Amino acid sequence: MTGEKTEFKWVGTRAIRPDGHDKVTGRAKFGSDFALPGMLQGRVLRSPHAHARIRSIDTSAAEALPGVKGVITSADFADQPAELAAAGEALVNYRDMVRNVMAREKVLYDGHAVAAVAATSAEIAEAALELISVDYEVLDHVIDVDLAMEPGAPILDEELEPAGMEASGPTNIAKRVDFDLGDVEEGFAKAEVVLERSYTTAAVHQGYIEPHAAVASVSEDGQAQIWCCTQGQFMVRAYTARLCGMETSQIRVTPSEIGGGFGGKTVVYLEPLATALSRKTGRPVKMIMSREEVFRASGPTSAGSMTYRIGATRNGVITAFEGTIRLEAGAFPGSPVQPACMCAVAPYDIKNVRLTGYDVVVNRPKVAAYRAPGAPISAFGAESIIDELAKELGFDPLQLRLKNAAKQGTKAAYGPTFRRIGYEETVEQAIASEHYSAPLGPNQGRGVASGFWFNIGGESAATVNINEDGTAVVVSGNPDIGGSRASLALMAAEELGIDYTKVRPIIGDTSSVGYNFLTGGSRVTFATGLAVVEAARDAVRQMCERAAKIWEVESDGVIWRDGHAVPASSNVGDFEPLSLADIAAQSPKTGGPICGHNAQNVQGAGPGFATHICDVEVDPETGRVTILRYTAVQDVGRAIHPSYVEGQIQGGAVQGIGWALNEEYIYNERGQLENPGFLDYRIPVASDLPMIETVVVEVPNDRHPYGVRGVGEVPIVPPMAAVANAIENATGVRMEHLPMSPPRLLAALDAARLPEAAE
Amino acid sequence: MAKHHVTTTINGEPVEFLCSTRQTLLDVLRDELNLTGSKEGCASGDCGACSVMLDGRLVCSCLVLGAEAEGKSVETIEGMAEGDRLHPLQQNFLEDAALQCGICTPGFLVAAKALLERNPDPTETEVRYWLAGNLCRCTGYDKIIRAVMRTAAEVRGEAS
Amino acid sequence: MQSVQFEAPGTVEQAVALLAGATGDARVLAGGTDLLVQLRSHMVDPALVVDIKHIEETRTLVRNADGSYTIGSAVAGAEAHEHDRFAAEWPGVMESWDLIGSTQIQGRASLGGNLCNASPAADSVPAMIAAGMTANIAGPGGRRTVPVEDIPVAPGRTSLANGEFVVSFNLPARPAGGGDAYLRLIPRTEMDIAVVGCGVALVLDAGGIVTSARVSLGAVAPTVLLVEDAARAIVGTRLDDDALAALDAACQAACSPINDKRGTIVYRTQVAGVLARRAARIAAERAGSR
Repeated sequence: MTGEKTEFKWVGTRAIRPDGHDKVTGRAKFGSDFALPGMLQGRVLRSPHAHARIRSIDTSAAEALPGVKGVITSADFADQPAELAAAGEALVNYRDMVRNVMAREKVLYDGHAVAAVAATSAEIAEAALELISVDYEVLDHVIDVDLAMEPGAPILDEELEPAGMEASGPTNIAKRVDFDLGDVEEGFAKAEVVLERSYTTAAVHQGYIEPHAAVASVSEDGQAQIWCCTQGQFMVRAYTARLCGMETSQIRVTPSEIGGGFGGKTVVYLEPLATALSRKTGRPVKMIMSREEVFRASGPTSAGSMTYRIGATRNGVITAFEGTIRLEAGAFPGSPVQPACMCAVAPYDIKNVRLTGYDVVVNRPKVAAYRAPGAPISAFGAESIIDELAKELGFDPLQLRLKNAAKQGTKAAYGPTFRRIGYEETVEQAIASEHYSAPLGPNQGRGVASGFWFNIGGESAATVNINEDGTAVVVSGNPDIGGSRASLALMAAEELGIDYTKVRPIIGDTSSVGYNFLTGGSRVTFATGLAVVEAARDAVRQMCERAAKIWEVESDGVIWRDGHAVPASSNVGDFEPLSLADIAAQSPKTGGPICGHNAQNVQGAGPGFATHICDVEVDPETGRVTILRYTAVQDVGRAIHPSYVEGQIQGGAVQGIGWALNEEYIYNERGQLENPGFLDYRIPVASDLPMIETVVVEVPNDRHPYGVRGVGEVPIVPPMAAVANAIENATGVRMEHLPMSPPRLLAALDAARLPEAAE
Repeated sequence: MAKHHVTTTINGEPVEFLCSTRQTLLDVLRDELNLTGSKEGCASGDCGACSVMLDGRLVCSCLVLGAEAEGKSVETIEGMAEGDRLHPLQQNFLEDAALQCGICTPGFLVAAKALLERNPDPTETEVRYWLAGNLCRCTGYDKIIRAVMRTAAEVRGEAS
Repeated sequence: MQSVQFEAPGTVEQAVALLAGATGDARVLAGGTDLLVQLRSHMVDPALVVDIKHIEETRTLVRNADGSYTIGSAVAGAEAHEHDRFAAEWPGVMESWDLIGSTQIQGRASLGGNLCNASPAADSVPAMIAAGMTANIAGPGGRRTVPVEDIPVAPGRTSLANGEFVVSFNLPARPAGGGDAYLRLIPRTEMDIAVVGCGVALVLDAGGIVTSARVSLGAVAPTVLLVEDAARAIVGTRLDDDALAALDAACQAACSPINDKRGTIVYRTQVAGVLARRAARIAAERAGSR
């Protein structure tokens, strides 16, 4: 498929994004910017307990408060069966989902929704929450994944039956997964060096700056409209229809501009509640989460715990890798432990691998996807132990990676055999970079690490409408979270042969474009991009047919070149080329509107690999770490819009730096989140960072017309280990727990200094 | 109790509004005046998405009471472009891809404009510290800092 | 949650009358950077909010004829920065004020608010105490002046009586050979609450010997501490290694912190000593360079 074109007019340029002006002037409408006449304000009452049985809820005093128009509890939602249902590519359990949006028998985490109120003002709605009385029977809780797996741990769901294993009684283990390649025993038998290490990572939040927001309006005939910030309007429609007992066609979801998501807006929280409240009150209802609610009640990603064993020969061949990865899922099953296992050592050609994963429920919010879900956790440990192995073997850490690099034909531990991939190139470019050989000062160290993400395809539908004046509108169905409209318009302009500024990309609501799986998995520029390219080609085919009609020749006698229909050869005849605008102008006479269309379940996503280099300086007296320099090398297939490709890499790397150094969910002994705000949930600020240097490697994906691979997720995979490896290099101290915050690092430094003092 | 009747100036225009004591300037801008360009990311002064100028001083509008705006002058993102001409910072944010999702962008622009008006030749470190109260989760700040530095150079008349 | 009366009096007397006459909780609004957060999160539920920023005395920062300063309790850090001599003469006080939040917070946050919020981690308070600042308080009984260290009595509680508020502060003239510094430890570079803060003000004689010193620690006890043992450890010395070690030890000994989301007992105690050493060196450099 690739190689059709290597010279481009628009692809690869740094065009101004089509939604840009609205976003620099404040005109763009985000989730909470939408309002309707007569709208009520909705607020959610949330559990103060980590784990409690709900004996009863009395909403009568709240309902009696003047200005309160409706109160809902779990009684307003029909229960759902425990079954995994397909929702796009995802499998969801609606029994869990209905309990997550509104607690039923029990509250399972601090912040779990128990009731919601719609009132004429936010102040009244908040006052009403204080009038709802909930009788709780507080239960013992468990937050830590390892403790939750121990016998005697408080049990969240007595009826939970683990998948993939036998359980002798009630358990918090929801699932066990196994991946085997080759024979690990044999692999370790060949090894001359074997290391075994354990690592843990903290739960971290996606940290999007825009809180969840939704407006729902249900009319008397049962038709609903929802405006919300989401990564998938079709996902909102499907889940809301199911939870509210409505038909899909009754709900029209319009996605607003979205203020960040990173996976966290791939589920519903407010939409079913606003819909139920609107239906109950007969008024539009707006609901916005506070920042505190975002942290307490929307999905972070898992905390993890893992044990790894690695074996290698003295000449640097990794012969075996074995690991157990335990990820907490939050209150309901569904941690990303499977991708965590699959990604752990995917950059390497290791013949013998065994990985076991456990999905474990604990009393925290149900996890949601977060950028390469699971991979950053498992890779932190894997890339740390490989760094130690390199030291043990006397290898440069990048040379060891290069020696064991996966390449075309490598059978990955998770199943497939790789087609053409660019991992080796990322390592080679890192080795060749000026950064890798730059000098370091005292208390400074350099670390490297690699990372992998599958990237996905999935269902996409797009329409390219040729306008009567020779411009085009591209309608697709994925919320644009980081510049994807620009990429789609660039590819459409390339195909149509018209100026990029004449292509207007818009994102349709659920009723005006075919089904699109949500924005996630680094799929939009790849998969929806493919649908847009095919839809543009469909429009081009139609325009060639129109030209043939005008010229009165066979339609295969016309081809498309530089935005014009031209005769395929001189045998067809001698005609002046017809521009897209010419054909568009004549379209009423030649057959009517020209609308290119494509809908497919896109396959052939190209795996992405990255290698990062990080320099740190450690204050030996306080344990504070400063990131001095950072370089991210990544194979992107082809950069359609290089600026937004670099932006994805830079943003992902910085999220990883935050995860490495300071971000974590902190709970008190009652299981309440202690840091539900940007003050104490410490995401990186501008002054924490250097510029993030990017090296974009382009090894085209042979299953996309322009060679696109996904870009957005890989860059969050390497940073944690890159930082840990740099700290080790600076101090000699190996950090095996995230975050590597000043108190933790100083304690580790002190522990390492003690023996010296004793000598 | 009765609402406060507040007379103020917003983006150069005289404006009157009613608000309760609990309503912040941000609430007033967004909910009463429909100026939704200022965003609420935290309501605690930690993210900067609601940055506005209050009598020439950069503040978080979530940490100012609406009633405090009496007799003052407020400048918001909606007043930054002049007619159809973008401010150089706005133009360079577009050209340099200094935004991804765009939710933090109004706050960054208002804050960066305040910086350049005080310090036309800031170092990278000065830009980073001045903007430390504006959180961005998408970009890693790199392209934002570059856009601000480039704008400063252009405004000073240096080739970038 | 009740409706809140809002007043913006133009005189100290009016403000005192409003505060003293309030039925229910009354709150003083200066920069609002703590109060509005508390209002929003329902941590406070006042009946009355009194904005003191229309009172001239709270809004002015003046250098008096004797070189001392009178600083209005509601002056914002960004305003203090614009004074032509203040930051140069008392860099430690200015730094501590600068560290209260972001640029946006700087546009509003005041010394009066930072002090009366009574957080043990308040950045400006250790520097104010080290500098020997006093607070001018107005109340129904008239005016009184007290050392800054006497105002916070517990986390979130002050020694101010009903109807009283801080109008302004007195900062003595910088002594000849004097220098001050404030350092704090935060995990990031900005936007965090101090895990530990340390203010040092000292005076050197011509020979470089410390003749007087004040050392103050934040976030290591229920209130900001004035650590007299720490001052004694360095007075009479040239801040040699032994003196700094004694300073470190005295600071650690004074700590009685808690484990919380921002730090551990061990960490805070250890870092208090580190910051004291570093702040003392900076203060001495500043003293020596003038």
